[in-house]
Amino acid sequence: MDKLFDFALTAQLLQLDFVRNALLAAAVLGLVAGVLGPLIISRNMAFSVHGTSELAFTGGAAALLLGIGVGFGALAGAVVAALILGLLSRRTSEHDSVIGAVLAFGLGLGVLLLWFYPGRMSNKFGLLVGQIVGVDFASILLLSVCAVLVLAVLAVIYRPLLFASVDPEVAAARGVPARLLAPVFAVLVGVATALGVQTVGSLLVLALMVTPAAAACRVTASPVRATVLSVVFAEVSVLGGIVLSLAPGAPVSAFVTAISFLIYLACRVISAVRTHRRPATSPQQTRELTLQTP
Amino acid sequence: MTAHPDVRSSAQPPAVGTTAAGATAGQPATAGPAADRPAVALRGAELSYGTRVLWSGLDLDIAPGEFLAVLGPNGSGKTSLLRVLLGQQELSAGSVTVAGGPPGRGSRRIGYIPQQKAMSRGLTLRGRDLVGLGLDGHRWGIGLRNRRDRARRVDQAVAAVGATGYADQPVGLLSGGEQQRLRVAQALVGDPEVLLCDEPLLSLDLAHQRAVSELIDARRRAANTAVLFVTHEINPVLPLVDRVLYLVDGRFRVGTPDEVMTSETLSELYRTHIDVVRVRGQIVVVGAQGAAGADQPHHPMAATGGTEQ
Repeated sequence: MDKLFDFALTAQLLQLDFVRNALLAAAVLGLVAGVLGPLIISRNMAFSVHGTSELAFTGGAAALLLGIGVGFGALAGAVVAALILGLLSRRTSEHDSVIGAVLAFGLGLGVLLLWFYPGRMSNKFGLLVGQIVGVDFASILLLSVCAVLVLAVLAVIYRPLLFASVDPEVAAARGVPARLLAPVFAVLVGVATALGVQTVGSLLVLALMVTPAAAACRVTASPVRATVLSVVFAEVSVLGGIVLSLAPGAPVSAFVTAISFLIYLACRVISAVRTHRRPATSPQQTRELTLQTP
Repeated sequence: MTAHPDVRSSAQPPAVGTTAAGATAGQPATAGPAADRPAVALRGAELSYGTRVLWSGLDLDIAPGEFLAVLGPNGSGKTSLLRVLLGQQELSAGSVTVAGGPPGRGSRRIGYIPQQKAMSRGLTLRGRDLVGLGLDGHRWGIGLRNRRDRARRVDQAVAAVGATGYADQPVGLLSGGEQQRLRVAQALVGDPEVLLCDEPLLSLDLAHQRAVSELIDARRRAANTAVLFVTHEINPVLPLVDRVLYLVDGRFRVGTPDEVMTSETLSELYRTHIDVVRVRGQIVVVGAQGAAGADQPHHPMAATGGTEQ
């Protein structure tokens, strides 16, 4: 563990091409995850992201077995999952149970597919906990194209999606097509999740898709500021996690999740301190009541 | 279950608004100057689900600046009428125009105030964001252009309802009354011609009921906005109401509160003996369970049957 602070070794490893590729891929992933995060939180989709990532794992496992790119497999799995989850559960009360059922089946199927796979153990393990140092130029290209597409679509639907997420009733009254936006957003989340599966692994995708945004939402109520903070937190977690993991050669995901969790804890503390300081009756309320007396 | 001609035929009192109601009937649905045409026009409107007719033969003009209260027991089609005007529900027969056009989806000419409902405490949304979404939340894109102009309009709308002091707080931490003030700002920030309100005072205390209804009243007087106000309870808005649309079981009556809120009219509508008593400027309806329930917001009753669609 003393290697953790071996800065010379870290600096030396940072010169390597595959490490730089990994950092580039992680930066792209952090950006996409950070931007999507606050909307995932507003729409209560954390569990849905988890379910989608498990099915990305299933897709990746199938691709591994078939000998096609794991990235494409994960992408296909996540998009199919997002569509299934989006179409099956129109009713909110049913949402969680549908995800639970689909998730368990997908994970089981993935395990079976891996059992059939005759190749190296580390390839199998990589799908679950990430294999970011294995990122090559082709996967960076796929990652970047997907990221640009996700961000472009999100830019088009952002305002009505935010409206429908935080204020569904009035959004519907103003003609926002929530029924159209929900599956579109689910697919965007699916694509981003698939990107995450390759780097931090399907088990830990929540660390980037949900935790930074959850932390940001504790310290600001402004949707714009929450998005900026969420991107910053996601980048710090994923880039910091990779750099710290270099010298000891430890799994990337352990560091990524640890950093993002520490940020989350810190934000909760800040939020608790602020709430504690806020008086029970705000001065505005008192003023309002006085104004109302004619 | 359809409207009865005897009730309906007497349902056309002179309009209280500034323009002659009905004068523009049959005109093409084009957006002209607001004062030249009714803000809302229904012609022979009917709404039915299967064999159940909620209301039919409804002719109604709401003039610019007019305040119309829609009353009636649960299941009488009050909310469905709102849904028709919002374009979320098609009429079974007849025609409707809102602000000079078909009830379009996402028209900025329409403002909408829903019931106060608890919002999640952790919701990532400030008061001013809620108001801002009322201005341009239905538009595609991120909305990077004209941010200064947008902020100015939001500030004005927030100030107009006296919410400047808490507009930067998370909405989930505000009181119900504060949230409803912001809802008024959210509905008015787009300068609507027609304001549609769905029980906006429900679950507010008396002080906030008065504050919110006075904000709505001030707006329609200042900007000539027509107000359609769905409510269980007429008393909080009684001084503001120009006309009442009272719906019961497919029958309805339109008129001033003095014309509609009488023992005779309500007995006819409910087909049972109803006493309407005025006590200290308030209207108390006594009689059938359903009729009394119509004026008691927190006690949904079963007498008139059906569920609100």
